[in-house]
Amino acid sequence: MAEVIVPVGPQHPALKEPVNFKVVADGETIVRLELDVSYNHRGIEKAAESRDFVRVVPLLERVCGICSHSHTTVFTKGIEEAMKLTIPPRAQYIRTIVAELERMHSHLLWLGVAAHEVGFNTLFMWTWRDREAVQDMLEEMTGNRVNYGTNEVGGVRRDLTPEQIQAALKRLPKLEERLAKYAEMVNAEETMLLRFKGVGHLTKEQALQLGAVGPTARASGVDYDIRRDDPYIAYADIPWKVITDTHGDVYGRTLVRVGELQQSLEMIRYCLQNLPAGPIRTAPPRAAPRAEILTRYEAPRGELVHFIRTNNTDKVERLDIRTPTLANWTSVAVSLVNQNLADIPVIVAAIDPCLSCTSRITVVNPKGRHVGEMTWDELSEHGREFYRRRGRR
Amino acid sequence: MNLSQRLVNWARVKSPWITLFNSGACNGCDIEVIDALTPRFDIERFGILAQGSPRHADILIVTGPVTAKQASRLKRIYEQMPEPKYVIAMGACGATGGVFRGLYHVVDGVENVIPVDAFVAGCPPRPDEIINGVVACLGLLKEDLAHGGKEWRRKKEPAPPPAPAAKPVEVHA
Repeated sequence: MAEVIVPVGPQHPALKEPVNFKVVADGETIVRLELDVSYNHRGIEKAAESRDFVRVVPLLERVCGICSHSHTTVFTKGIEEAMKLTIPPRAQYIRTIVAELERMHSHLLWLGVAAHEVGFNTLFMWTWRDREAVQDMLEEMTGNRVNYGTNEVGGVRRDLTPEQIQAALKRLPKLEERLAKYAEMVNAEETMLLRFKGVGHLTKEQALQLGAVGPTARASGVDYDIRRDDPYIAYADIPWKVITDTHGDVYGRTLVRVGELQQSLEMIRYCLQNLPAGPIRTAPPRAAPRAEILTRYEAPRGELVHFIRTNNTDKVERLDIRTPTLANWTSVAVSLVNQNLADIPVIVAAIDPCLSCTSRITVVNPKGRHVGEMTWDELSEHGREFYRRRGRR
Repeated sequence: MNLSQRLVNWARVKSPWITLFNSGACNGCDIEVIDALTPRFDIERFGILAQGSPRHADILIVTGPVTAKQASRLKRIYEQMPEPKYVIAMGACGATGGVFRGLYHVVDGVENVIPVDAFVAGCPPRPDEIINGVVACLGLLKEDLAHGGKEWRRKKEPAPPPAPAAKPVEVHA
């Protein structure tokens, strides 16, 4: 059968940022993938060069609304390194608490999206309901549900009151119970096992070769986590362990993320109970001395890198941002090959892309001059139907 | 107005379908819109359904400051929607460009590309504010039905001093 090109993008009905990819398919089987990820280009790196260290933090927070704390933490960490500032331990713990809450909300969001893509909408509703508990904690602590505005160069902007700590601790047992339920479901729920196992496989060698990061790499057996390998803020003081898995498929990535959710909850509990006393910020100098800093951070999706060059002024001379999704896209291109067209939604969702796709898919068959249109919903629906017809493997 | 038209109008007010378009947002608004669908906020209480295709939608929710590359796509998405159509611009970005105002690849707000009926403030707006925005849009829809179109809302006189010219929209293929 002739190869067919299926363009997907750049508008997506339900989720996230726009991206366009062309899937070359032979019948139901995927042959190749071509990507265009530039729809959301706003020019943030250039704008960062013209704003001082106070005004650049809110801008960087809006690189991505889901991992907003990641971008500000990695940036302030880098600038503080350039200024040779030591951050008070209380500020470091508060940054850690918000960082782990962010990881929890992001992973719960992902679990729901992955479940939605395979047609398991009950789980989508469940995880997003439980995610509200995390959102409530974030709102109580930082004042906003999404862009928290917690960080500034030199520390954090808001202290935690004992009442806030007690309220947050009270929410944790219920959440813990739900996470245990999800951990159990991942191994027992047939819908998920059928659609996740053996789908989007990525070997350890491929993961290393393509530079995959975060849960995508850890699910392929790559034991790599910046929080342990290059500890920052309070991670060196907290008891926790890196979750890895050797399945390498969507099932493995689900196991890693659910495991990380449970680890994050323990870390938050530890930090809340052992929050050191003291100030929450130090006064930073206005300008940073000439320096070149490469600063790394384990965002929910993987290793986030900022390269910062400062030049004796109160602005950065150059800022370069490498997001984890960019590192993981090539692994999607590889793990889609020889998979079914029906599995595109779940494989793409499995790296938790911080980019969005489309609502409109045009199916073009150059030989038969046949042009049809599919929405992303219809593609998801096609996926569900395909597996329903096919029954159990 | 005949019976079938009355029936359609009644249904339209009772169950508007929305579609979401990310024109270069940071995802913050997008996840809050999705949040509005889920159990705590449950936008379906108002008969509001999220639709994938703009061809089926009554209300277009646009997030983000509109990047130059997305501007032509946004226009095309808007043109695909059937009349009567309504547009809600989300957040500070959708209104003025917000924190991205003036960047080289941003056209500073949805209104520079397509007409907007409602703005929802916030960065990002909370899900309850989004629901409030959609419900306000429904009120507008009802009034428009009574007036027989959107014309009555247009300003009669051309606005006296011309507003500072919007940045020309560079359209990338």
